[in-house]
Order: sequence, then C-alpha cells, then structure tokens
Amino acid sequence: MSEPTLSVRGLTKTYGARPTLLRRDPHRLTAVDEVGFEIAPGQTLGLVGESGAGKSTVGRLVLRLIEPDAGTIDLLGTDLAALPRGDLRRMRARATMIFQDPYTSLNPRMLIKDAVAEPLIMHTDDSRRVRHAKALDMVRRVGLTAAHMERYPYEMSGGQLQRVAIARALITDPAFIVCDEPVAALDVSTQAQVINLLNDLQQERGISYLFISHDLRLVRLIADEVAVMRRGRLLEKGPAVRLFDAPEHAYTRELLAAIPGRTPRARRFTGGRSEPVGHER
Amino acid sequence: MTAAPVSAHDGDPATVRPRRWYQSRILRRLRRNKAAVFSIVVLILIGLIAVLGEWIAPQDPNKVELTSRLMGPSGAHLLGTDELGRDVLSRLLVATRVDLLASAQAVGLALLVGVPLGIVAGYAGGVTDAIVSRVIDALMTLPPLILAVVVVAILGPGLRNAMLAISVVIIPSFYRIVRASTQGARSELYIESARASGCTSWRILWRHILPAVAPPLLVQASFSASVVIVAEASLSFLGLGARAPQATWGLMLNDASSNLTTASYLIYPPTVMVALTILGFSLLGDGLRDAMGRQTTDGGR
Repeated sequence: MSEPTLSVRGLTKTYGARPTLLRRDPHRLTAVDEVGFEIAPGQTLGLVGESGAGKSTVGRLVLRLIEPDAGTIDLLGTDLAALPRGDLRRMRARATMIFQDPYTSLNPRMLIKDAVAEPLIMHTDDSRRVRHAKALDMVRRVGLTAAHMERYPYEMSGGQLQRVAIARALITDPAFIVCDEPVAALDVSTQAQVINLLNDLQQERGISYLFISHDLRLVRLIADEVAVMRRGRLLEKGPAVRLFDAPEHAYTRELLAAIPGRTPRARRFTGGRSEPVGHER
Repeated sequence: MTAAPVSAHDGDPATVRPRRWYQSRILRRLRRNKAAVFSIVVLILIGLIAVLGEWIAPQDPNKVELTSRLMGPSGAHLLGTDELGRDVLSRLLVATRVDLLASAQAVGLALLVGVPLGIVAGYAGGVTDAIVSRVIDALMTLPPLILAVVVVAILGPGLRNAMLAISVVIIPSFYRIVRASTQGARSELYIESARASGCTSWRILWRHILPAVAPPLLVQASFSASVVIVAEASLSFLGLGARAPQATWGLMLNDASSNLTTASYLIYPPTVMVALTILGFSLLGDGLRDAMGRQTTDGGR
C-alpha cells in the first residue's frame, strides 16, 4: 500500500483551566487521549462511539480546526501540526469537512451557487463566470439542478442541503474529507441516498474519508476500517468486516448489541448481510 | 445510483433567472407593513426636499426684509416670515438638507468607528475584546450635552463639531450591537464550515459575519438617525450647533421661541418637520426589525 493519506499519532486534547501559580493541577477534562490511526488513499475509516466519546473532536483535530495539545498529524505527506497559518489555509483545498447539520453549516444569507463556489475564491484565480460554471457542474454531480443554484438554504430540504455541502466540499477536488455525522440530521430514506453519493464520489475520485458516526449500520455500509472510541480513547480498530463479525472489546460488543432491531442477548453480529441501510429490520 | 429525483424541472442556467436584490424577502415583508411603507414614503419626500430645497424654495432663505417681519402666513409668504422678515417656508426647505446631512454625518462616523471595533472585539474576544469594551464603556459615561459643550469649546462652534460630539455619544450603541451579534454569529456552524473551506479571517468577517450583523445594525442606524435629528435641534436651540444665518430646524425653533407670544405660528413648521423625520426613521426602524426577524435555522417561515 502507498503512503497513507492521513496518519495520526498520539493525538491529545484537554479542556479546562490552565495551570496557574495558585493551582498547579486544576481539574482538566481529557477529550481526546493519545489517539492514533491511519487512513489509506481511497479508503474510509469509520469512527464510532457514544455521544461525548470525542469523535467530533478528533475530526476537527485532524484538520486543525481545533489546535491539538500533543500528537502528530501527517496529512498528505505534510506535518499539519507544524504548518504555518497561511499554508494550513491553503491545505484546506485538499482536506476539508462535511458537517452534521446542513441547515446550520450553510450560511443562510448565501445563495447556493455562492456557497458552492466560495472555496474556489479562496483557492483559485478563477473568474466569477468560471467559478459558477464549475459550481453548476458540481451541483449537477451531486444530483441537484441549475434551478437550485439560485435558491437560499431555507428553500431546500435537509437532503438537498447536505448534497450542497458535499458539492461545496468537493469543488476544490480534495483528497481527504472528514464527514462528521453527515446524515444524522436526515431522515432514513435520504440517509441512504447521501451515503451512496459519498460512496460513488469516493470511487470516482479516490477520496479518503474519516466517517464519524454513532450509527453502526451506516458505518458498516461505507467504512473499510472501523475505530471504536470511548471517553477519548481508541478502544479497538480493525477492518470493518472483522470488527463487526468478531469484536474483541467488550464495549464494541455492547455497541453492536445496541443496534436497533436486535435483541440485547444477540451478542454476536450475524454479519455477512449487505442490504442497504433502513431495510435492516 | 445517485440520480435522486430532486426537482421536477431541471432549470437550464439560461432560463433560471438570477435573483434581483428587490426580490429579497426582507423587502417583500417590508412592503406588507403599512407603517413601514408610510415611513419610507415620508422619508423619500423629506429626502427629495433635501435635494431640491434650494430650487423649490420660493425665495432666498436668507433675504432679510425688515419691512415685513413677523408676518403671519399669507399668499406672499405661505408660512409667514420670521423676526428678520425671512420667508419661513424657504428656510424650512433649505434647512432639511442641512439637518439630513448632519444626521448622516453623525451616524456615518459612528458606524465607521463602531462597526469595525465591534466586529473585531466580538470575533477576537479575549484581551482585545476586554480592552476595546472598557474604552467604549468609558465613552458611555460621558454626558452628551456636557460633551457637546466641551467639543464646541475646543473645536469652536458649528454644526459639524456639534455632530462630532453626538457621533461620539452614539458610537457605543453601534459597537455593542455589532459586538453582541458577532459573538452570536461567531459560534455558528457555517463560520466553522467557512474556516474548514479555507476562507481567510478577512473573508469570514466581511462575507459571513457582517451580513449576519447587518440587520440589527440597520435597525439601530435608523433609530439613531432620529436621535441625531433631535440632538441637532436641541444643540442648535441651545446655541451649540448651527449658527445664524444658517437655516436648521433647531435654529428656527430657537428663533420661534423668542417670539412665541407675538408670533406663535413660527413654532409649528420646524416642529412638524422634526416630528415627521423622527417618526419616519423610527417607523422604518420598527419595520426593518420586523422584516429582518431571524430567518436562519427555523427554515425561514
């Protein structure tokens, strides 16, 4: 296998008061504790865990949207942690993020065409005309039409908006995208469409995803590898098939048992089934 | 299989008409508000008077005619003459421009100072915010009239200097509104999304924060404009603002007050103009506030 797209080691982030003269050791919360993983080109790492496990924090840390306290982030052959501001900003053309709630992750006062074309303003010298032409191509690629270009976010549905967010993320042709619960705000039928779109785009362009989700059924659909987080720590990681079939850690088994539609006693995931999400039960 | 049926009609870019600014929802909502429409009409009329004042004034506003002083309204002088025999209607029309320009100057200067400070303090937070906010707090403790007296004493009398004092007094209101709205907007997910797309801080402030801050700011600017009109009238009345022979509403009130017992009709024209202008700006502010009600996460209905 070639160089990994993303290689993270010892990633740590704590919150709370800084030590001062009076309190040397204030209470600090460790949100992310010595997390490390790799993602190969064109592969998807599913990051699962309960709420508050630190999944989203990891997603933001690997893009340095939050500054890590410790650890190395090797993204596309660059040491992200040591990157100066300007280079970090330029890096965002190659590595970006799709957020959970498309209703709030798009500026309500921006037309869809401007929202999709915006990254091009920051990363290319394209003229306005070229930018909008590229945006239109991208909007069509994610399954929307030219009519949507002239709309405001409030005039569209959640599924459509998440397509817009995907178009916006993809317009600079990135090699890596953090998907932070990208379908959690959508209803089940739309979830499958968006997941399929992400899958198709990955095959088409060889993008790597860090796919953050609490929904194991979704992760099973899209992830090649899965990492399980709890209380800031990485408990277990491995190929998705192996992890779903033979989880090693007790917590992973608990998570799998908690998938709706299975009885609590079903300790082992039967696996092997490949129906799309939403048809599980 | 991404071909999800999204829309019945795929608009060709050539047939999809781009939106014009006048098709915005804010204007549509504003048009439905009768008081707001009334205020806009009044303000447009006052604006027209301000622009055309010199040409539509029936006489030279400063022409002294001692033979016809303090004459009541008549065919020759529709609103009568003042104690120097000057035509009141002409002075009223010409004063409109002076007052509106003074108001624009005070509000404009306060915006120019208050908005950037508010955005930077609200976005940066921390030490920057603490320092700027304390300075602005200090400004707020200044009593407006005393400040005006001091400014006029230092810089000399005149409408421009009086407006400078008023400007300083209203800076905090803009600063505080902008800072608070910026703090609200800063934590929005779309700001983080803009950062994740590689937007510069400058672009985030200009294209994402400022538009979010603009609605409450416009409302405040409209209200401030009416406050400034009153302030001009008060300061000129007290002799701290415009000086004779310049015609402003405040000075006309001053002239009228000294002849109140003999020529009470003089008090009405400037009073009505001041009242109409204040009413116009206040109703416009109300209308804008209603029309620009939050339209973001709730789906905008």
